[in-house]
Amino acid sequence: MLGRHACGLYWMFRQLERAENTARLVEAGFRMALTRSVSAEGEWESIITTAGCRDAFLEVHDTFETGPVIDFMMRSPDNPASVMTLFEGARRNARQVRTSLTRDVWEAVNEGWMTLRELLRRPVRIAELPALMSAVRQQSALVRGQLYGTMLQDDIFAYARLGTFVERADNTARLLDVKYYVLLPATSYVGSSLDNVQWETVLRSVSADRSYSWLHGGENDPSHIADFLILDRHMPRSLYYCWCEIVDNLSALEREYDMRKPCQDMAEEGQARLNRMTIDDIFAAGLHEFITDFLSRNNALGRQIEADYRFYE
Amino acid sequence: MHDEAGAPREPYEEYARWLSDYTPAELARKSREAETFFRRTGITFNVYGARDADERLIPFDIVPRVISAREWARLERGIEQRVRAINAFLHDIYHKQEIIKAGRLPLNLIAENQAFLPQMIGVSPPGGVYTHIVGTDLVRTGPNEFYVLEDNARTPSGVSYMIENRETMLRMFPELFSRVPVQPVGDYPVNLRRALARSAPPASRGARPTIAVLTPGIHNSAYFEHAFLADQMGAALVEGHDLRVVDGRIAMRTTQGYTPIDVLYRRVDDDYLDPLNFRSDSVLGVPGIMDVYRAGGITIANAPGTGVADDKAIYSYMPEIIEFYTGKPPILKNVPTWRCAEPDALAYVLDNLEDLVVKEVHGSGGYGMLVGPAASKKEIAGFRKKLKARPANYIAQPTLSLSTVPVLTKAGLAPRHVDLRPFVLVSPDRIDITPGGLTRVAMKKGSLVVNSSQGGGTKDTWILED
Repeated sequence: MLGRHACGLYWMFRQLERAENTARLVEAGFRMALTRSVSAEGEWESIITTAGCRDAFLEVHDTFETGPVIDFMMRSPDNPASVMTLFEGARRNARQVRTSLTRDVWEAVNEGWMTLRELLRRPVRIAELPALMSAVRQQSALVRGQLYGTMLQDDIFAYARLGTFVERADNTARLLDVKYYVLLPATSYVGSSLDNVQWETVLRSVSADRSYSWLHGGENDPSHIADFLILDRHMPRSLYYCWCEIVDNLSALEREYDMRKPCQDMAEEGQARLNRMTIDDIFAAGLHEFITDFLSRNNALGRQIEADYRFYE
Repeated sequence: MHDEAGAPREPYEEYARWLSDYTPAELARKSREAETFFRRTGITFNVYGARDADERLIPFDIVPRVISAREWARLERGIEQRVRAINAFLHDIYHKQEIIKAGRLPLNLIAENQAFLPQMIGVSPPGGVYTHIVGTDLVRTGPNEFYVLEDNARTPSGVSYMIENRETMLRMFPELFSRVPVQPVGDYPVNLRRALARSAPPASRGARPTIAVLTPGIHNSAYFEHAFLADQMGAALVEGHDLRVVDGRIAMRTTQGYTPIDVLYRRVDDDYLDPLNFRSDSVLGVPGIMDVYRAGGITIANAPGTGVADDKAIYSYMPEIIEFYTGKPPILKNVPTWRCAEPDALAYVLDNLEDLVVKEVHGSGGYGMLVGPAASKKEIAGFRKKLKARPANYIAQPTLSLSTVPVLTKAGLAPRHVDLRPFVLVSPDRIDITPGGLTRVAMKKGSLVVNSSQGGGTKDTWILED
């Protein structure tokens, strides 16, 4: 398999994952903005920051108002991380690696792009937002479904999954980075309605509000939420889970190629570290410091994967 | 499709009976369905210079073009003869140049030809094949009467449309194919792979040779086709920067290191193939590939330098070329061609511009040509100036009375001009011609220009079973 194709697949799935997460963030932010008890502007600002496009946004807007933020996040060509830009990038990568995809996966991406392009041709009307969000979720679910349903589970599949989980770990960590203060025991007003809304946003942003209540019986508790998002073994968006998947997919590549790579040591070591930790250790050493450290490790791992499998010259 | 009395011509009889069951509204709906199918599959092309850099669909017409088995058999013999002659000609031109010594072809046509590559002199490609893939452009002017318009001997495109057009028809009108016996075209990629493998360098011919398709990238107008063929052949789709010379071979960068390639089906022009040997600013090619090629380390399909055979000035000598190498008169006719480099011909052309088609000797894609009968006075005057300034840059041909076939328009079925490009595969020991080809349609009423870059469309082409 060509290194350039491995690269295209990896980024295609990073972009799809990110598009989905961005849409989820906007959805959570929108619910917050409807809640009178919080400042909508502040919420939108933290969402723009989580999405990593604060600078790009401030180049074209001065204040964080609902309409412009939604437009910027969903369809702005000025925003390299808008859902539309990301989907477009994913499709461009899919065209690059078309020979590595089944017809079904290619068509799912291509149709997703056509559908979203149509839906996002004009500025988003608030009334259409829920339908739009479910379209984004549906389109990326279709791609994932076709990936599982039709692709050989070989190295191609591993690169696609690596892209998904490196991106997902990054996105969950960045959400925590922006919202960590809500989860700190010292500064939270446990039980206040404000906190409940904040926590719910965090959980909603990762589509985990239901699974959390299912696990924790509806008891909102910041350290439980942090534990759930960082160390849970079953939660498919937790940092630990993502790294387990990365380790598994790298082992699959090792078996496939009969070749062990430095990125594998990095991933296994990181996974073991997370495995040894408890949420109390993390709070004791500082939640913010932990997240900053994790983000840089996750980035470094991504770069090592790119180098080890010769994505670039 | 119909004879002068208005009855369907023989090959169309069964199709016409089937068609009469459809209402215009049903046909229009089918046509939209086909368009959706093309979009979803991503069968698109990029237009150079278009502002929105968007991918476009080539208009697809759902009425097939039908050719009888008998007409096809003669076409096949004629094309095979021509392709053999072209390969013999290329070998001769890059070796002893006997056709020039015999006084049958003027030396300056080769010496001054930009497509002639001195780097190929004395080089024999693996298996002796120069043009592994040829797309011969033909027009039909009457029963059993075909003219060859062009021999595309460099990197002819369009074969993916031949296959996808058939796929689309099979999907939309399955019942039609049980009524009309049509020869299949779907095995082209398998045959292409086989032809390429048979032409691999001798050292790698026994094992399963590694084949790659070299594309300029996703922005190239024919990218869909490059990906399609690589996919169907199970070959790697590579770009120039995936390749480099490793231990005297051309190798591609894989996730596990560099792997050598035996056969490179390149869809990159000669000029861009090797920045060390040709255009030094090329980023599409592979530095040093010509040196590996000359040492016999890789097969390049088509061989570099084949363009000299499909030059429009050389075209006018094709009847002589065919006779010289095959010893027989050509089976298929050439369109009479005036070489404007010759003073008498130029004078005639200048006097008759209104009736002639004038083409650039090295042009392609329907750019830079004049269709006299369709041109304005101003366009003709402009061309007159160009002709006088650089006569050797042009040839002229009469406008043929091209046969028309029906296409589905908003106002129902209407006749439009078409051409035909069958695809030929050349191996060291055989020539295979896929029964079918790409029928291109001038979608505008009365127009003779069928190129997709100029708004032309395509049709499925049926060669009936005997």
